Amino acid sequence: MGEEDYYLELCERPVQFEKANPVNCVFFDEANKQVFAVRSGGATGVVVKGPDDRNPISFRMDDKGEVKCIKFSLENKILAVQRTSKTVDFCNFIPDNSQLEYTQECKTKNANILGFCWTSSTEIVFITDQGIEFYQVLPEKRSLKLLKSHNLNVNWYMYCPESAVILLSTTVLENVLQPFHFRAGTMSKLPKFEIELPAAPKSTKPSLSERDIAMATIYGQLYVLFLRHHSRTSNSTGAEVVLYHLPREGACKKMHILKLNRTGKFALNVVDNLVVVHHQDTETSVIFDLKLRGEFDGSVTFHHPVLPARSIQPYQIPIAGKTGSAEESVLPFHHVAGFTMIFGSYLWNLQVKLEPIVNLLPDKGRLMDFLLQRKECKMVILSVCSQMLSESDRASLPVIATVFDKLNHEYKKYLDAEQSYAMAVEAGQSRSSPLLKRPVRTQAVLDQSDVYTHVLSAFVEKKEMPHKFVIAVLMEYIRSLNQFQIAVQHYLHELVIKTLVQHNLFYMLHQFLQYHVLSDSKPLACLLLSLESFYPPAHQLSLDMLKRLSTANDEIVEVLLSKHQVLAALRFIRGIGGHDNISARKFLDAAKQTEDNMLFYTIFRFFEQRNQRLRGSPNFTPGEHCEEHVAFFKQIFGDQALMRPTTF
Amino acid sequence: MAAAAAGAGSGAWAAQEKQFPPALLSFFIYNPRFGPREGEEENKILFYHPNEVEKNEKIRNVGLCEAIVQFTRTFSPSKPAKSLHTQKNRQFFNEPEENFWMVMVVRNPIIEKQSKDGKPIIEYQEEELLDKVYSSVLQQCYSMYKLFNGTFLKAMEDGGVKLLKERLEKFFHRYLQTLHLQSCDLLDIFGGISFFPLDKMTYLKIQSFINRMEESLNIVKYTAFLYNDQLIWSGLEQDDMRILYKYLTTSLFPRHIEPELAGRDSPIRAEMPGNLQHYGRFLTGPLNLNDPDAKCRFPKIFVNTDDTYEELHLIVYKAMSAAVCFMIDASNQPTLDFCRRLDSIVGPQLTVLASDICEQFNINKRMSGSEKEPQFKFIYFNHMNLAEKSTVHMRKTPSVSLTSVHPDLMKILGDINSDFTRVDEDEEIIVKAMSDYWVVGKKSDRRELYVILNQKNANLIEVNEEVKKLCATQFNNIFFLD
Repeated sequence: MGEEDYYLELCERPVQFEKANPVNCVFFDEANKQVFAVRSGGATGVVVKGPDDRNPISFRMDDKGEVKCIKFSLENKILAVQRTSKTVDFCNFIPDNSQLEYTQECKTKNANILGFCWTSSTEIVFITDQGIEFYQVLPEKRSLKLLKSHNLNVNWYMYCPESAVILLSTTVLENVLQPFHFRAGTMSKLPKFEIELPAAPKSTKPSLSERDIAMATIYGQLYVLFLRHHSRTSNSTGAEVVLYHLPREGACKKMHILKLNRTGKFALNVVDNLVVVHHQDTETSVIFDLKLRGEFDGSVTFHHPVLPARSIQPYQIPIAGKTGSAEESVLPFHHVAGFTMIFGSYLWNLQVKLEPIVNLLPDKGRLMDFLLQRKECKMVILSVCSQMLSESDRASLPVIATVFDKLNHEYKKYLDAEQSYAMAVEAGQSRSSPLLKRPVRTQAVLDQSDVYTHVLSAFVEKKEMPHKFVIAVLMEYIRSLNQFQIAVQHYLHELVIKTLVQHNLFYMLHQFLQYHVLSDSKPLACLLLSLESFYPPAHQLSLDMLKRLSTANDEIVEVLLSKHQVLAALRFIRGIGGHDNISARKFLDAAKQTEDNMLFYTIFRFFEQRNQRLRGSPNFTPGEHCEEHVAFFKQIFGDQALMRPTTF
Repeated sequence: MAAAAAGAGSGAWAAQEKQFPPALLSFFIYNPRFGPREGEEENKILFYHPNEVEKNEKIRNVGLCEAIVQFTRTFSPSKPAKSLHTQKNRQFFNEPEENFWMVMVVRNPIIEKQSKDGKPIIEYQEEELLDKVYSSVLQQCYSMYKLFNGTFLKAMEDGGVKLLKERLEKFFHRYLQTLHLQSCDLLDIFGGISFFPLDKMTYLKIQSFINRMEESLNIVKYTAFLYNDQLIWSGLEQDDMRILYKYLTTSLFPRHIEPELAGRDSPIRAEMPGNLQHYGRFLTGPLNLNDPDAKCRFPKIFVNTDDTYEELHLIVYKAMSAAVCFMIDASNQPTLDFCRRLDSIVGPQLTVLASDICEQFNINKRMSGSEKEPQFKFIYFNHMNLAEKSTVHMRKTPSVSLTSVHPDLMKILGDINSDFTRVDEDEEIIVKAMSDYWVVGKKSDRRELYVILNQKNANLIEVNEEVKKLCATQFNNIFFLD
């Protein structure tokens, strides 16, 4: 298996911490993604490291007994430490606040604290075996205020920090789950739901294990993931992951089933909206994408792995002291928590590598659907586009069309969002309104300039490419843009023209212009003018285009004058009512150049009449610089031919 | 602006008058180099119609033409005589390839009057025929021959005079019967192409369709796409497309109209291979794809004869009103398998596309409000793209092209066109014709527009205004000088 084949990898810079041992306890906080190394109960130091923190936090605290749980509130404001089953200790990390510890005992009598979760920088939830208690911490007063509590029997709990939802396991079978949602001092109880347990042999009591449940936000929606193990009594071919959708309002609903087709021990991660399932026996992983089309049976959608199973790319840990020479290759598969992986004394983020996937997913349409949902997809998508247009991996036109359509679908969605935002702003809605958010441009938005710069401009330069294919691809892209009602940029049109001209396909060009496939613009009209010597009809095409633009009247006059069509130029400018503002000298110059005396006479007379009408005298003013032309006129037609001022 | 009054055609026909339209008297092709010596003159003649004419008369007629051309050449070496006017007929000369001459003799129209004593008096109308119209017809004869047979020279190279004579005989024997000299007019001069008006998106869909078909049927070299007998796309060069278009619209399509009009369930339709998935069928090539002995023979055409000289098979495939011409190199012989594949790939897609085009066309028509027939009768032609548009002509039928205006008016149009040809500059001619008719001709940057107006007591200024209005509505998106 080549290195190109691994599509899962560990981040480059893992968090390194001191290994757990009798004097050093290690804790992991999922909310802040921090690792706590507590030495000798804190007396000899606590070191806190996060994935992005260059500077670890280290401090000392008194050894008041074994630490059961330790977590910072959001933004590292307050530290909470649980040492007994009844109390939690707090310590402020806010400047100018007292750093003396203060303690909170759980309110319910005879209850044991199972754990606690911070829901904001100053709000904390205690989970006891008899219910939950929601407190506000008042750091200045060094005390806590109970906001709300709820009583019920709790087997175990689970917290999803991103959505601030706590899941409590109740009942004997542990399979009735009660979710609570926390937001700015309020606690709301969501409808409870039951996880269907697989049928088990009668001798063993079925129950829902905490290990088989996970919570994750996927594509903005909160799901409860249940790993349903293979049961010998059912017909299923292997274990499954069942996803229950937990909406903000309304009941929880079973929505998706991920078919693992394997049995054994599994671990789950959610990375970049993908569900990653690790299989311990084979040390391989598979990924699932809920947005890819699955099989819908009327209520639930069944999904299969997007790609064949692969291991995570082995990570080389440099051993300190022996630079480079001895490296230990590890397969980090001992513990999977949230979307980080812990092995030994390292903490990694799991990452999806997109490049290898390009070759593992032959269906380009599906590949695009997959890539467009990924965070870091832009360069990979562009390389897929380049690849499908390359000589060796050339895709068929229908496939190319599908890829362009998928790109432009995303592009159009973004353009529409931008437009409605701009309109809302214009309509005077306040920028601070929560409903009015500037749309985020994700990497999946690939505009015309991206495709032009990274794909098409290089593609048309390839000499070995048959020009028929080049033109077909360009037209396919333009078709796709038009289909999504996206205005095509002129540089794409220029690319088409350049290619057609290079292969002397002027008649094709003519037909495209005839049907207005290449949109009118001044640059395009000028380009056409420059083609006239190779293809005479380009002149007519250019003039038509300038006329349709209706903002290019000066250009039309220039074009006609350069062709010595002085009379036509004059008639045109008169037709649009601009003849009072034109330079007489320019027209007389052009008329003189034709060496057609009668034409010169006509033009000269026209301007004499204009002078008469505008100023009451046929004479030219010095500012018009027509002395030379007056002299020329006199020389040919005589003084008496000059128009006489009419007096009324 | 020039205005002239022509008192053309007073149109009072007495009941006893009989009219005879112009008719083809003879048509021959010769090469003076093939029989330069006395006694060998017969060798010069490559084709002669009517064949029944006695040998010596053939030789005499050819000799006369030769003499006229030679004689006039002394006055104008670069432009020898194009036509010869006589009382009874007109002769048209054309030298399409060096030393190969084609001659067409057309009898002038005749009016037969009854004299007082009851004897018929025959009156030849010497000035009725327009040189340009019939010269164009003669040129078209050559172009059509060349399209299906290649050049004269090529036939000589391939099989000498014998082969050339055979090809000429085979082609012109049938072709001359389809010349309808009585209904030739301005449109024959233009030899234009009518383009199907279409919105950008549908046009791009058609482009996409053509590119995909050329990719899947990889032996296709060129493609042309037509809808409603109007061109939408041509992969061929303009001149080749011009004559192919003429063949398709005046010969091939009209021959296939009847089964289409018959509808799906009629007995005529039933004879064609029934296909439930799509409406596609071959207009050239195999009639029934299910017949294992079906012949896959397609007409051969010759294009780009000036440089690359390509020989192609012409496959015409049609679904509803959409027709596609696939042209494949003659070195590839299309098999029945290929035809079946083509049918299965192109048929369904073309059927969908054809209904898309139809739908889109109706939407556009409704939006632009051009459903009503324009009240103007006009003919437009652009020399640059050969685009032609006529509201004067009715639908073309295989036999005649019907016009909705009086032949005298058509003749005025032809006269104006002749005037336009003489000068390069843009100009405008307004003619007052008989019975309140006005004919206006405009020429601007290689475009020509002819308008026929009928307004009671209209004056020159009003007519001019009307034409301006027409230009503003019909031609506002092109640069057309007022």
